Amino acid sequence: MRSFEHVNAPDIKTAIALLREPATEAIAGGTDLLGELKARLRSPRRLVNLKTLSNLREIRYSPKAGLRLGALVTLAEIERHPIIRERFSILAQAAASAATPQLRNMGTLGGNLCQKPRCWYYRHRLFHCWLKGGDRCFAEDGENKYHAILGADRCHAVHPSDLAPALIALEATVRVVGPDLDGEISLAELYTKPTESHRRMTMLGPGELIIEVRVPPPKKNARGVYLKAMERGSWSFALVSVAVQMSLEGKRIADARIVLGGVSTIPWRAKGSESILIGQEFSMELAERAAEAAIAGAQPLRDNAYKVSLAKSLVKEAVGSLAS
Amino acid sequence: MVTKAARPRKRKIVVRGPGKTSVTLIVNGETHEVLVEPRRTLLDALRKDLGLTGAKKACDEGTCGACTVLLEGKPIYACMALALECDGRTIETIEGLARDAKLHPIQEAFIEEDALQCGFCTPGQIMSVKALLDENPHPTLEDVKRAVSGNLCRCGAYPKIFKAALRAAELLRSRS
Repeated sequence: MRSFEHVNAPDIKTAIALLREPATEAIAGGTDLLGELKARLRSPRRLVNLKTLSNLREIRYSPKAGLRLGALVTLAEIERHPIIRERFSILAQAAASAATPQLRNMGTLGGNLCQKPRCWYYRHRLFHCWLKGGDRCFAEDGENKYHAILGADRCHAVHPSDLAPALIALEATVRVVGPDLDGEISLAELYTKPTESHRRMTMLGPGELIIEVRVPPPKKNARGVYLKAMERGSWSFALVSVAVQMSLEGKRIADARIVLGGVSTIPWRAKGSESILIGQEFSMELAERAAEAAIAGAQPLRDNAYKVSLAKSLVKEAVGSLAS
Repeated sequence: MVTKAARPRKRKIVVRGPGKTSVTLIVNGETHEVLVEPRRTLLDALRKDLGLTGAKKACDEGTCGACTVLLEGKPIYACMALALECDGRTIETIEGLARDAKLHPIQEAFIEEDALQCGFCTPGQIMSVKALLDENPHPTLEDVKRAVSGNLCRCGAYPKIFKAALRAAELLRSRS
């Protein structure tokens, strides 16, 4: 790592002001940022430590308002929280599947949602890829086993978060603050495909932070599952993951939300699958059709066609496991 | 007469670095003051500034677990933490386990079960097991597997590591 200055943020307002300065980066858990700094993907002049914002560490729950999670809550705290395990189980499952115990003790919710892609071209200092300001995506016709099969455009990296698909399936919103910004948006809206003028995996710009995640109370008879296909049993990013939250009235599917991870630059909401399921009586034939719809329009690259059938199988398995 | 308009209260910010700055680390019950640059990782501070080389530097990028230490009782990768951000906090390393020239029961169990080959990952494995047993004196095999799931053993000694952890739990229960 190149040398840098270090400032503990005294409050959110000051943190935002400090983060507007050039060559300044925020650090919370540090597990993603230090990887980038060690690889010299960037060399900030100053780090602003957000861990001192102790009011962002709380987990609060009420049956009416639902769940409120401060951005500094760690993945381990989410994984172990009894109410999250009971009422928002896909979130606990997703947190428990991420990284390792050590990293879950360090990594924060806000950092997990805003982490950078694992694409090996992005992570390599010598590849000046499009996402880092270059003019091409090296994965497009390169080594692309772990890359996107759906909706990719200029960048073919996938969003690596486990929490994001689970939280989007739970209809979470996030409070984002910045120099000219203070509001609540749906978590799904946070994720925008990187564009020519905004080469980032989220809509956030410099000095803009997530400070809280809110999850509404679970719907009646709702249940969910998070399935994650990994190359190893631990410390693997998702090849493909799927978060499914469904409400059943007898055999009838009253509501369904399905979000895939590991398949696109953004967490991928499978709206086509949802509309096939909603209002119908469950059957495995229906689950099969929903799974087929999840991968409609898939455009696999040279090495990642396996993700198409993997995604399809996971959706079918997840929906089937909730209905039976 | 001019009265000063109420100005928003400005909180003072303290900029440290890029040069060395003083940091207090409480390691294995002893308080140490070290002078480190903000870019110093906790792992390098332990190994280079304090001479505690039990936590190993292998991948140095948070993927292997050889540098596992406990921060406020919880296992973390010391290579992915800044020493500066551990200022005033409690750290346990493998060096803190043996007391009065007597090995800790977890260390005894690792020897008894022959739970290592090259031994490079062992300090990290033991610290992960320590964190588990501090919290849960009656772990199942599954609990043990999860507890060391962030510690890579390239020799493949896992079956014996699991046995050693369960044996250590027995030893600790019988002695408490």
